[in-house]
Amino acid sequence: MNAFFEVFLRAVFLENLALAFFLGMCTFLAVSKQVKTTLTLGIAVIVVETISVPLNNLIFNLLLRQGALDWAGLGQMDFSFLGLLSQIAVIAAMIQILEIVLHRFLPALYQSLGIYLPLLTVNCAILGASLFMVQRDYTFVESVAYGSGAGVGWALAIAALAGLREKMKYSDIPEGLEGLGISFITTGLISLAFMGVAGITF
Amino acid sequence: MSIQQTFSDPLIKENPVTLHVLGICSALAITNSVTSSLIMSVALTTVLVISNMAISLVRHHLPSSVRLIVQITIIASAVTVIDQFLKAYMPDAARTLSVYISLIVTNCIVLGRAEACAMKSGMGVSIMDALGNGLGYSLVLIFVSTIRELMGNGTLMGFRILPLAHEGGWFQENALFLLAPSAFFIIGVMVWGIRSWKPEQKEPADFKPLPMPSEENR
Repeated sequence: MNAFFEVFLRAVFLENLALAFFLGMCTFLAVSKQVKTTLTLGIAVIVVETISVPLNNLIFNLLLRQGALDWAGLGQMDFSFLGLLSQIAVIAAMIQILEIVLHRFLPALYQSLGIYLPLLTVNCAILGASLFMVQRDYTFVESVAYGSGAGVGWALAIAALAGLREKMKYSDIPEGLEGLGISFITTGLISLAFMGVAGITF
Repeated sequence: MSIQQTFSDPLIKENPVTLHVLGICSALAITNSVTSSLIMSVALTTVLVISNMAISLVRHHLPSSVRLIVQITIIASAVTVIDQFLKAYMPDAARTLSVYISLIVTNCIVLGRAEACAMKSGMGVSIMDALGNGLGYSLVLIFVSTIRELMGNGTLMGFRILPLAHEGGWFQENALFLLAPSAFFIIGVMVWGIRSWKPEQKEPADFKPLPMPSEENR
């Protein structure tokens, strides 16, 4: 159980996908104008990550890894080069299914997520989490922890930035720096703050 | 738009990174050394050219309901080829770039250009557009990585340019430039510079402050 929390906390703070690995930056900078929108988006990311990372873990370990298809008489065949294609396909399909399910059972959440849900397919934070999972060789349980942790970390970061941007509306920003420029610098400062927890070891 | 403009506009005027905020993730992540930025730039430009060309070729046969899946599959195949190539011939570079090469799949520049250009125009224009955008992205990457590597390490592409203080030189390196936050600051300041130089790139303000009531009465 300890390992579970370690992986989770690591993914939330130390290895925050947005602030330490710059993943999902496009959405991160484009959609972070209001805290309310970012919260719904954050929930969507958490849900998608928590399902897609373990799912990709199963697919990779049971079908693609070298020697995984031994039972089918394929011996030491190595299909890991198909990893990228299968991961993006799993993510795209999963988001499609999630969309249908939400539409049927939770129409309110579906309405508020709107266009963001399909756009998560091309969010690097989602694919990135799956790729890191393969690279770090997580077990199934660890991958559940990692997926949910990565989602929570990303949601936390975007909500923090949106909170700051809401406050920044009232400040007098130098000409040319408004909008994109100041968002970059603010994100840099948040990221600096997150680096402060990097000294903590579990 | 002439074909030269298709090529030259994305370099600064319509730069995919600083104006459209596309492809930021990799632009920030791998820019702590010039060598990896160069490899990343070449990889992205190649993927962009292959995918734009392929998508432009099949554009008349693509029903719009499944176009995203087809585009993603084409892009992912191109990226897999590049990834395997790097792993085979440049294993060190592949290790430093780790997942970021695979993440070209979700790089918004590639999908964005596929949607905005390749789905609408012929092969020649699409290839020029891909080259232009790839170079625009590369310019930003090389600019940022030059600053980061020079200030953080005193080297460029691994060659020592500034002699370090603890090795008998005069330059005190600043390790912050090798860490994540510095990339945000550099790109932020870069956007500031470009927007002061070309004011038409500015975003419309979210709101305008009302004049203070006391000022009105005066």
